[in-house]
Amino acid sequence: MSTPQRLDATFMALADPTRRAILARLAKGELSVTELAAPFAMSQPAISKHLKVLELAGLISRRQDAQRRPCRIEAAPMAEVTGWLERYRQLWEGNFKRLDAVLDELKVDAAGSKHIKRRRKKR
Amino acid sequence: MKLGATEHQLEVTTSDRQIVMTRTFDAPRELVFDAFTKPEIVKRWLLGPDGWSLAVCDIDLKIGGAFRYVWRSDADGHEFVVSGVYTEITRPERVAHTEKFDDPEYPGESLETWVFDERDGVTTFTSTILYDSMEACNKAVELGAVQGAESCYDALAALLAQ
Repeated sequence: MSTPQRLDATFMALADPTRRAILARLAKGELSVTELAAPFAMSQPAISKHLKVLELAGLISRRQDAQRRPCRIEAAPMAEVTGWLERYRQLWEGNFKRLDAVLDELKVDAAGSKHIKRRRKKR
Repeated sequence: MKLGATEHQLEVTTSDRQIVMTRTFDAPRELVFDAFTKPEIVKRWLLGPDGWSLAVCDIDLKIGGAFRYVWRSDADGHEFVVSGVYTEITRPERVAHTEKFDDPEYPGESLETWVFDERDGVTTFTSTILYDSMEACNKAVELGAVQGAESCYDALAALLAQ
């Protein structure tokens, strides 16, 4: 998959609040499907469907361990997403830092024109 | 966030199809409002990434009036176009406009609202972008790699980083 395609899969997987909640819990450590399903008002098959989407997006992996197949979070795609997002934030911050400087100049200009008006009134 | 200090941290929050961005500026809101709505001022700061410039900045600031921004890459002349129509203008407090990326891959339109709130000479600027679908929100984030849109998932990233 190309980077945009991979990001599409990642974002699609992240677009669902249940899947985001699953990831947030997995960020703290490995869990089985039963353990993951417990806090949700959802059946295990429904949770399994969400896990499949997350697995296809490469956000989690599952290993075979006797009867259970514990899930774990995979850091790489998430890092790719947050890396992109951090760059967008930096872009806006770059724009706004320039705006700070422009506003400083405008304030000086505004103060200057007020001063001139005051002087004109005095005359 | 430090208010009234020289540090003005950019805050981004998100929920569902919405991106909210907040930043303070050390200036009265009339000035900040002008800086966002007068093309000759906008052109001085809304430049995008290094190596890009805002080649076209047309703003017809009235209800039903259109705006159009064209960013151009110095290196290869590649262009990125955003346009929309103003739906609400209350100087110097509030502006709302539709927004569309001129990109065949981008599936929809969003509604952006700017609020300028002044306290003790410091203006808090809040931009709320509401996308018509989650898909559009995601796409906007991807396209933002070129132009500088904001994050749908900063909040998630922060949560996962805990």
